[in-house]
Amino acid sequence: MDQQEIRRQEVLARLERVTDPELDESVTALGFIKDIAIDAAGEVEISFRLPTYWCSANFAYLMADDMRSAVSTLPWVNAVRPLLLEHMYAEAINAGVARGASFKEVFGAEITDDLLEGLRLKFLRKAFQRRQEVVLRALLEAGWTPDAVVGLNLGELGVLVLQAPEWPALRLRYVDMRTRLATTPLGVDDPAFLTLEGAQLVPERLVAHLQALRTVRLNMEFNGAICRGLLAAREAMAE
Amino acid sequence: MYRTKSGEEIFIIDGHVHNWDASPENQRNIHGKQFIDCFFGYHSALSPKEELWPKAKFEKYGAKTMYRDLFVDGPDDMAIIQPTYLLDFYKKGFNTTEQNAAIVEKHPERFILNGAFDPRDGERALDYLHELKERYGVQGLKLYTAEWKGSSRGWKLSDADAYRCFELCEKLGIKNIHVHKGPTITPLDRDAFDVADVDHAATDFPNLNFIVEHVGLPRLEDFCWIAVQEANVYGGLAVAMAFIHSRPRYFAEMIAELLFWLGEDRILFGSDYAIWTPKWLVEKFMAFELPEDIKKERGVDLSLTAKKKILGLNAAKLYGIDIEKQKKKLKAAANKMAAD
Repeated sequence: MDQQEIRRQEVLARLERVTDPELDESVTALGFIKDIAIDAAGEVEISFRLPTYWCSANFAYLMADDMRSAVSTLPWVNAVRPLLLEHMYAEAINAGVARGASFKEVFGAEITDDLLEGLRLKFLRKAFQRRQEVVLRALLEAGWTPDAVVGLNLGELGVLVLQAPEWPALRLRYVDMRTRLATTPLGVDDPAFLTLEGAQLVPERLVAHLQALRTVRLNMEFNGAICRGLLAAREAMAE
Repeated sequence: MYRTKSGEEIFIIDGHVHNWDASPENQRNIHGKQFIDCFFGYHSALSPKEELWPKAKFEKYGAKTMYRDLFVDGPDDMAIIQPTYLLDFYKKGFNTTEQNAAIVEKHPERFILNGAFDPRDGERALDYLHELKERYGVQGLKLYTAEWKGSSRGWKLSDADAYRCFELCEKLGIKNIHVHKGPTITPLDRDAFDVADVDHAATDFPNLNFIVEHVGLPRLEDFCWIAVQEANVYGGLAVAMAFIHSRPRYFAEMIAELLFWLGEDRILFGSDYAIWTPKWLVEKFMAFELPEDIKKERGVDLSLTAKKKILGLNAAKLYGIDIEKQKKKLKAAANKMAAD
């Protein structure tokens, strides 16, 4: 592999950690990244395309900004230019992110909320709920009782073995989000499962808790299915 | 008319159909092109392969094709034809009430013609409601809160100007307010399809019915919460229905939520024609059964009775359709068409 290709792979690896906030899935896995151009001066241009021309500008802005900060940390990188393609606000977003402007600075006249941090948090919370649901359901399906499940701490969850091949990945994704949303550093004795509000789960309420989590997942799955389908259709139309 | 294997007739009112013209000749700008491309994306993404249309046909199919797809090849007995104006994107509009009226005049026994208003028109919106009532006798409206207008990127049902329109609707007996609350096609951060404004309007106008199209997806829990509070809120299945083919498990979970929170009396079928055709949607829906684990967890069932209500009886109630009388009208019209 030549140096150019090595750098390309490094950029891709960073981009893998950038997620579509609405879907909680990586922008690389979703197929959003169209091109990565790297020049001799260490400037990186990342072309990306979303499923539609209409996708929310705030999400597009978040992703562009996340890409910029994720790739900027590579030691050889001098500048990062995310380049949103074929979007109703492509020009404004590309120019704004390039000069490090905030969303508010770019769209000040047209937006009502001040923005991105609140939005980012809102979607982290949804991701937490979705990831928790799959872990809880996996445990119950494997025969764990509600009492045993709600009693688990992070240390116990971390070493718990289930047959399902996807288990280690599900657990890792959940624990990662549990950690990111925690207000204080977590230890092995901290409970594995809390509600979004930080309350301890109780066995009698576990089924109701799961049902509430399900509606969050149904929304995200809806978005995920629509986005993937629309992106595939857009690719086909572009051909 | 749909007939079950045992010969039972199911009367079908398709709650959501369009006759649009999105041809390049009618597109005003890039937004017009991108809008129909996005619709075509939905069509391509969720249709069974054998139901896919060529792009040019999808852009403009015409009244004859529509009639055939709904009532001849398709199982619909009646359809609620909903307007979407989009005058900023299309020269003559995407499908206005006036355009829709042409097909309705030819087949009055088949269609329920709905109108629309834009509260940002102020006084003119009120005049227009009077006109819609006088000219077409509309009983319902389709509102699209994310529509652009000049520099505005949308409005809310709870806006003061919208309330003045609803007050007039009550007076004129325009009772059924369909509201597009669906996937995010949002300008900037303002979420024009947020469902919270339905809550306000439904509380303040208890004599009106609010049919939330696309059941508020992807804000299903918000929608269900509102619908539980407000007895005059209904869920329209357009778009949600299409998942029955590509993601049946997802469809099962979603419909189970709706049955649990709203119950079978407040859910309405809609094909969203021409994004999808009703034939395959209705066939798959009639054949569909909830998986046992979902039935058990939610304690609901998608029984034949529930299916009948969703496919026609609920809409008939909202629009005052006497099904037996309507069947006679349809038969008479069919005989006349055959004689002509």
